Amino acid sequence: MLDADFFRRWLTAAAAAVDREAARLTELDSPIGDADHGSNLQRGFTAVAAALEKEAPTTPGAVLTLAGRQLISTVGGASGPLYGTLLRRTGKALGDDAEVDEASFAEALRTGVDAVAALGGAAPGDKTMLDALVPGVDALSTSFAAARDAAREGALATTPLLARKGRASYLGERSIGHQDPGATSSALLFEALAYTAVGTGGRAAGDD
Amino acid sequence: MKMLINVAETVVADALRGMAAAHPELTVDVENRVIVRRDAPVAGKVALVSGGGSGHEPLHGGFVGPGMLSAACPGEVFTSPVPDQMVRAAAAVDSGAGVLFVVKNYTGDVLNFDMATELAEDEGIQVAKVLVNDDVAVTDSLYTAGRRGTGATLFVEKLAGAAADAGMPLERVEAVARRVNENARSFGVALTACTTPAKGGPTFELPSGQLELGVGIHGEPGRERRPMMTSREIADFAVNAALEDLRPRNPVLVLVNGMGGTPLLELYGFNAEVQRVLVERGVPVARTLVGNYVTSLDMAGASVTLCQVDEELLRLWDAPVRTAALRWGV
Repeated sequence: MLDADFFRRWLTAAAAAVDREAARLTELDSPIGDADHGSNLQRGFTAVAAALEKEAPTTPGAVLTLAGRQLISTVGGASGPLYGTLLRRTGKALGDDAEVDEASFAEALRTGVDAVAALGGAAPGDKTMLDALVPGVDALSTSFAAARDAAREGALATTPLLARKGRASYLGERSIGHQDPGATSSALLFEALAYTAVGTGGRAAGDD
Repeated sequence: MKMLINVAETVVADALRGMAAAHPELTVDVENRVIVRRDAPVAGKVALVSGGGSGHEPLHGGFVGPGMLSAACPGEVFTSPVPDQMVRAAAAVDSGAGVLFVVKNYTGDVLNFDMATELAEDEGIQVAKVLVNDDVAVTDSLYTAGRRGTGATLFVEKLAGAAADAGMPLERVEAVARRVNENARSFGVALTACTTPAKGGPTFELPSGQLELGVGIHGEPGRERRPMMTSREIADFAVNAALEDLRPRNPVLVLVNGMGGTPLLELYGFNAEVQRVLVERGVPVARTLVGNYVTSLDMAGASVTLCQVDEELLRLWDAPVRTAALRWGV
């Protein structure tokens, strides 16, 4: 079972991963976007980590909705509403339970990913964060490690794609050949999830 | 890369502190990033709120004042503001007559303003929205997020601002804004990439002998790269691209806009070529504005925006305006 502490540690690990990879995310964003994806997410996840420390929510749902609200209030751009919606809707789907099992979490995360797709009007293959989120959540029923690998592969597979949504879409054919920064940061969330599951009784234990 | 900054993290806040010091007629909330005309809310009048990423100065903060915007919310550099800023701005300027959000068509701006609209309506503020999407460089709107909002933002903000000042109700102000957008087209070119503080270097590589045709305003590359052209050739290309799409039957307002790194000497020279093409194409020019208004940091380059006007829109253009960056008739 996963409790509030598990989700707090997940988001703290995600904040650390975003912090570590910020320069690379910004670098990926510069040929096809506007070179700020890393710094924007860094600002948002720093605020998430601070808010979780200050408010110490006691249920998984409350942890995720608080984090989502923080992202919406601090990130800006498209990433703020999209990542904020992902976490907020996942949190709302989890309800008020003090602990959730992995299957319920996978189901809730699916709700969050669907909300992202609806908000951005995008689908897998459009060269967006969904190219990592969808395979990631699909593989979550196997294990956290499988989800991490699927999301990472999904992000890598965006390189040859033609962008159809977001700012990279304005480049048309010229967006081809660049890995999508949004899919790359989405893969980091699954990486942090697998990392957090190690040693907590999650199915990824010992996998890494 | 040399920039006149302290550190990248405080660039926007530092600029707002400086703006506050230079413009006592504005209330600048540095912490929450909202710029409001000091006399807001103006009783009985519709308020205009716009916002977007920083790095496009004087857009939008420079257009706050009587006859134009009631408030502006600047985001991080090239990043849309967050809904909290927009709601705060709307609450500060709403007199009860409602608020018009002027939104440039970029995914981030659209999503954040959508969220802000919901939140503002929850607070009992009547909100209308106009989406600016004038950039003809984006041709394939079926598979993209649609046309970008660029230079026409100035026309929408000026003309809708004058409509609000004239005491028109929200739906009429909104209708004016939409009409302006529908009658405006832009095309931009970049001679260099721009430098974002976060990256500290050019956002893309543009060799010295090349230019980018069809750029937006976020330092993103354009539609096509070609060997450098003369001012005359660029004017032919840009004006014809806009006219192909607009096909005006009435006179047009012309905005020859610098991207931030091109001096007025070049912009005026470029305007001479723009006017020549318009004469050749038989398009009468009602008014012309030349300068750096919708910029991309230090990018060299320019955009041309044409807006077809009728008598009412022309009257609204000529109406007095008193802002940091645009000022006449007062």
